[in-house]
Amino acid sequence: MQYLVSVIFDRPGLATPDEEAAIDVFNDRLVAEGHWVFAGGLGEPSTATVIDNRGEEAMFTDGPFLESKEYLAGFWIIEAADLDVALKLAAEGSKACNRKVEVRPFL
Amino acid sequence: MNRVDVREAITHAHYEEWARVVASLTRRFGDLDIAEEAAAEAFATAVQRWPADGVPPNPGAWLTTTANRKAIDRIRRENKRDDKQKEAQLLYDDDPREPLDAIDDERLRLIFTCCHPALAMQTRVALTLRMVGGLTVAEIARAFLVQETAMGQRITRAKTKIKAARIPYRVPSAEDLPARVSGVLAVLFLIFNEGYLATGPDTDPVRHDLTAEAIRLTRLIHALMPDDGEVAGLLALMLLTEARRTARLSASGELVALGEQDRGTWDAALIAEGHRLVRERLAAGVAPGRYQILAAISAVHTSARQMRDTDWSQVVALYDQLVRLDPSPIIALNRAIAVAELDGPEVALAAVDRLEHRLAGYHAYHVTRADLLRRLGCSQKARAAYDKAIELTGNTAETAYLTRRRDQLG
Repeated sequence: MQYLVSVIFDRPGLATPDEEAAIDVFNDRLVAEGHWVFAGGLGEPSTATVIDNRGEEAMFTDGPFLESKEYLAGFWIIEAADLDVALKLAAEGSKACNRKVEVRPFL
Repeated sequence: MNRVDVREAITHAHYEEWARVVASLTRRFGDLDIAEEAAAEAFATAVQRWPADGVPPNPGAWLTTTANRKAIDRIRRENKRDDKQKEAQLLYDDDPREPLDAIDDERLRLIFTCCHPALAMQTRVALTLRMVGGLTVAEIARAFLVQETAMGQRITRAKTKIKAARIPYRVPSAEDLPARVSGVLAVLFLIFNEGYLATGPDTDPVRHDLTAEAIRLTRLIHALMPDDGEVAGLLALMLLTEARRTARLSASGELVALGEQDRGTWDAALIAEGHRLVRERLAAGVAPGRYQILAAISAVHTSARQMRDTDWSQVVALYDQLVRLDPSPIIALNRAIAVAELDGPEVALAAVDRLEHRLAGYHAYHVTRADLLRRLGCSQKARAAYDKAIELTGNTAETAYLTRRRDQLG
């Protein structure tokens, strides 16, 4: 079972060196214990482009699809047997990156 | 067997067997929704068949077998679904290493799933009452004054989340157990308190159905986890509170304060049972948690034949112990009420006033201030505090009591 762990943040700025180091330790553990699928940090929302190609031609719009104070700063995709395992890992991830996270199951 | 006996047998079977049937089907089919529906159908079948066929010798086994058959029927009907989707909907229990001392019972798994921390508190309450308590959606909706459709949706959403996010169906590991048990107890205490001090202008001030259901569920958990001190503590607290239920309400529907209650009407059997649980916990010699301390405070109150016989220094000492565990302003407020009896209302009022910035929106803060100010002869300030308390309380009996107290001020 895979879960998306979204990192939610409400201020500009990237992870500090201390946070980066803690995230590395956490990632190593995910790999060692077989939970790692993928992870990444994202550029600020202002760097986003929205694309809509449902019509005749593709439309490109500058900026995020949703303007909000809180934004997606990065994510993990983890492998976990059930939600209890996923919540525990997510709690450690939140501590490591020093930000709020949200857990959602993949279908 | 006559109709009344059959009806009683069905009621009794529902009371005793509902959670067991739902739990065993959830384990077998890995799906709360299927388990709930099949259990409900099995009981409906009993209502149809038992009057004609007679009550089976082992009602629990009959209900489980019937429910199993209903569940299999439903799964066959839905066979068209592709396997992958079905697999995603299963609740897993894939931890093969059960610790040796694992307290295990199907119903316990059910309780921990319904009270999972990933569910909102109100959802946990609703799910527990439905799956473990066997209340209908309509009954739960009425209990919490919401529309039946809204309550049904809340329960359906919870079942969907349990399946999709794979909330496990198992008793938590020893490491997680204390935190998870305290989550379960919070749900039960909330059900009890809603019954004990019901809110809403059109509801009875004391909802015995809810207090009784909370006690029944807590008894069940106590039977399943007899060594857990906090479970025993919460059960004792509920029993000692329930023992005073009838004395708490006057004939005219007004709340009666502890000091004015007719102690002869307290339920002696419930008090004896509560005291026995408290004594057992004291004898266990393990540092008590908050429910055990609250139960001990309740035991001190219920040991006094008259209000003036109350061992207030003991009550204050227990509150001191509680404050160290839980430095919440509500505990500090209750401590101040005991301090008023020990050191006088002036000392207590000073302590209460220090809580203003945190409790200004809490009705009991104003109730306490009003009473202390009244005792100190500050009528005008007391009146303002009663006004504020009346504005904030949602309980009809309390409104009646506070209004009379305010109008008696000189």
